[in-house]
Amino acid sequence: MSDLTKLSLEAALDGLKTKEFSSVEITKAHIDACMDAADLNAFITTDFTNAMKSAEESDVKLAKGEGGALEGAPLGIKDLFCTEGVKTTAGSKILGDFTPQYESTVTANMKADGMVMLGKLNLDEFAMGSSNETSYYNPVINPWRKDEDLVPGGSSGGSASAVAANICLGATATDTGGSIRQPASFTGTTGIKPTYGRCSRWGVVAFASSLDQAGPITRTVKDAAIMLQSMAGYDAKDSTSINKDLPDFKAACGKSIKGMKIGIPKEYTMDGMPKEIENLWQQGIKWLQSCGAEIVHVSLPHTKYALPAYYIVAPAECSSNLARYDGMRYGDRVEGDNLYDTYERTRAEGFGKEVRRRIMMGTYVLSAGYYDAYYLQAQKVRTKIAEDFKQAWEKCDALLTPTCPSAAFPVGRKVNDPVTMYLNDIFTVTANLAGLPAMSVPAALDNNGLPLGLQIIGRALDEETVFAASSALEACAGFTAKPEKWWV
Amino acid sequence: MFTAERVADKKDWLSGRDHDWEIIIGLEIHAQVASNSKLFSGAPTAYGAEPNTQVSLVDAAMPGMLPVVNEFCIEQGVRTGLGLNAKINLFSRFDRKNYFYPDLPQGYQISQFEFPIVGEGEIEITPEDGEAVVVGIERLHLEQDAGKSIHDLSPNETYVDLNRSGVCLMEIVSKPDMRSPEEASAYVEKIRGIVRALGTCDGDMEKGNLRADVNVSVRKPGGELGTRCELKNINSMRFIRQAINYEARRQIDILEAGGEIDQETRLFDNAKGETRTMRSKEDAHDYRYFPDPDLLPIKITQAYVDGIKASLPELPDARKARFVSEYSIPEYDARILTADKAKGDFYERLAKGRDAKIAANWMMGDLFGALNKAGIELDDSPVNSDALGELLDLIGDKTISGKIAKGVFEKMLAGEGGANEIVERDGLKQVTDTGAIEKIVDEVIAANAEQAAKVADNPRLIGFFVGQVMKASGGKANPQAVNEILRKKLGG
Amino acid sequence: MSTDNTGVTAETVKKIARLSRLHVEPDRLAHLADEMNGLLAWIEQLGEVDVQGVEPMTSAVEMDAPLREDVITDGNVRDKVLYNAPKSEAGYFVVPRSVE
Repeated sequence: MSDLTKLSLEAALDGLKTKEFSSVEITKAHIDACMDAADLNAFITTDFTNAMKSAEESDVKLAKGEGGALEGAPLGIKDLFCTEGVKTTAGSKILGDFTPQYESTVTANMKADGMVMLGKLNLDEFAMGSSNETSYYNPVINPWRKDEDLVPGGSSGGSASAVAANICLGATATDTGGSIRQPASFTGTTGIKPTYGRCSRWGVVAFASSLDQAGPITRTVKDAAIMLQSMAGYDAKDSTSINKDLPDFKAACGKSIKGMKIGIPKEYTMDGMPKEIENLWQQGIKWLQSCGAEIVHVSLPHTKYALPAYYIVAPAECSSNLARYDGMRYGDRVEGDNLYDTYERTRAEGFGKEVRRRIMMGTYVLSAGYYDAYYLQAQKVRTKIAEDFKQAWEKCDALLTPTCPSAAFPVGRKVNDPVTMYLNDIFTVTANLAGLPAMSVPAALDNNGLPLGLQIIGRALDEETVFAASSALEACAGFTAKPEKWWV
Repeated sequence: MFTAERVADKKDWLSGRDHDWEIIIGLEIHAQVASNSKLFSGAPTAYGAEPNTQVSLVDAAMPGMLPVVNEFCIEQGVRTGLGLNAKINLFSRFDRKNYFYPDLPQGYQISQFEFPIVGEGEIEITPEDGEAVVVGIERLHLEQDAGKSIHDLSPNETYVDLNRSGVCLMEIVSKPDMRSPEEASAYVEKIRGIVRALGTCDGDMEKGNLRADVNVSVRKPGGELGTRCELKNINSMRFIRQAINYEARRQIDILEAGGEIDQETRLFDNAKGETRTMRSKEDAHDYRYFPDPDLLPIKITQAYVDGIKASLPELPDARKARFVSEYSIPEYDARILTADKAKGDFYERLAKGRDAKIAANWMMGDLFGALNKAGIELDDSPVNSDALGELLDLIGDKTISGKIAKGVFEKMLAGEGGANEIVERDGLKQVTDTGAIEKIVDEVIAANAEQAAKVADNPRLIGFFVGQVMKASGGKANPQAVNEILRKKLGG
Repeated sequence: MSTDNTGVTAETVKKIARLSRLHVEPDRLAHLADEMNGLLAWIEQLGEVDVQGVEPMTSAVEMDAPLREDVITDGNVRDKVLYNAPKSEAGYFVVPRSVE
């Protein structure tokens, strides 16, 4: 029944509802696929026993014509979401065998909707990275391998890789600077970061609180809508959660975009960006025009400052958010000569190099004498970036940009050059700084046969427009390529 | 802003080798908000519970846990600010104060650094032996308490209880406007009275629900300011005075020996009565404050503040003024009786429908004296206001004399029963029956015929006879009736 | 930006590492300083932006803090609180001695 892994989430849910196949069957098919795909290293922890149990429970419900919006669908969870009774690592050594005694709001929503959780997906340590190479649990491999191992992007590399390789019908992910969209672009999958505040952050291991936002990685735009509908919603336990009713995301998919104004920001290009990405962007413009959208040219003048601002704000918040990992109440403790030594050794040995680098940077930019010049300046620049978008919204309804300045790159290529690595997020990070919804849609293969994505950015709370424009792009692009199955 | 214009009274100067010294004191009071649940979580705040039972996963800083502000705590901050005659800030914000300590689970304390909920204000204090002084309030902000480290359960390890972690504190920061240990303790007493009157904090210093950090420096009277040291977490008025005295003398000794004061945090050792370095300079903190991105700004409206203002109870100063006018008691008495909500309430219950001055005298003299001696708080007094009132009523209607009443009071304190009960049991009722008194008077005159004859010439001798008659009656005869009968019989 | 021109020194790294509670071997300090200076040089361009009169953004949502009622809804979950503790005893977390 290996066909069952090739279905879209939407088709799978339909098949489950119509009892074309059972949850046990489709779950088993995915478990087999997961076991075959061990070389991808997409999972940190699998939970197949419980997955089968959930599947059986789902089948009971489905048999009675009951069940939630995700009933019986085998999905993967980024290992940044705390899951009750299932080890949660955030891709770090420091959490050791940490087993949450609570369930994140997002996964609780999904479980209430009947999800079957296959396990916890690999990621960059504490979601800090753009290649999944900072994970303590080793890099994830992109299924789109050519002659050498390629990275799947990051930080949600396990999620993207798993969805691309058909070992999960869909996966949760999180996006602080592009961690959903960049890996989606690198793996030929679809991913949306909703408006900041749509998905509760309660129970999601924090990286940078003012930027972190959960979202799905899926194989189609509609699948993303289905998953987001379940993940999102107001949560009184998160003070930054938006208390507004959710629109019907799925209904927005396929809506006509006739007369929709699509803005093309002239600053979204970069020195050394491959010509084919530039061409794909132009192709995207034509596709949307062909669907009746009106193209307008806009300027987002502070775009180039977005990454430097991000690399102040995110490390600053992370330096504080990660202070709780001290080996006192949970996680690995490395005993030292005294309390101070224990702190220092626990944290130096528990955190990887990139995380330590960001903690140090964050500590530095917040320290006495530097706060105004760095942190405050960055937050002011952030206001300018948000204002840029507000001005653009006077002229257009959504923006079209490339998702990334490159396709997937080989493992080990950029890992020792932080700034080059950081530049991966140059087109995605602005939406985080301004809190806007943004989606990456797979659009084409490059000359090397690797996928490339296009990004739609929308107004705050206007995911509907993002879904409508993205599904138009999806329909025009007709991207159906799948990686050749080299694993097993 | 630092205003150090006021120079201490000379009586408060400390003598030195070459010149006198003046102490400059500022206080940071931590008052625990009397809330049911914590500032950022729904866990209870109960005192004395089993370790780590009053703790939510938020308070333990589990990964992904988030704070949500307790509305009641905001309201108490505003109420207290109004009680301090201070500016209420309609915009305030929570920041993170970053430092590592095992009983600080998040690795930061959520506090209001840049935008506190309450700004400048002022209160008037009257130290025990001096004139009224105005003390400026710098600010009041809300913050979460840390947990508790216990060092005596194991020789090599520290045990951590997070029950207090996340409890809401109001930090009330004074200006450095105090000049003597007595002023400092009067200030704490005053703040305690205000928060108790408002009900925003129970003021229980023994439980640590109200505690003070004291900043102390010394200078040549009216001269350049010195370097200050911060004395941490002192939880009684007496210790505050002791700590300041010790610390001022320590600083003077260093300065007079040609040394310099290190700006540092010091711990007061109750047992030894001295202060010692708590943190070495090497551990100097850089708290890296920044706005907590898990929380949004607190915005309140003027209408909200006005609503709270309208519902404020009477505060000690207003109550004091009312006591003076309503009960015609001296300002001094009114101040003592209004220093604390419990005292004021007790007094009002006692004075109602009775002689207000006698009520004040009994409370301040006999009752407070007895409680002080026994080390009991007014709330735990074995004689409550009704019981004391019963006694005063017996004096008022001349059932017993004031003198007899003192004895009855002693017995009430000892738990022998109510005033009426004791008077009845011990047969202490005043004799007002003139026939009975005449009989005693006649007996006394007969036994002292010689003196009786001299009364006409020496009217002061009447006193002798009054005494004798009272003695013979066992103190129960109505003194006024005794006087009248004696005068009638002896002339004079 | 108006920061000093000397940049991050090995001494700064030592201080920052201490504040961050991260053990750094002395022979790594200079290298880390170089690395931080590299990043800071790239970040410096932020100084070009004219931010006069601009309010700093502290949250991506334009809302005020939601407030909750003062009711007890949590706590009494000691087993969950201590479940992952590296060491606990008699209901307490046990940590290295924090006083001399």
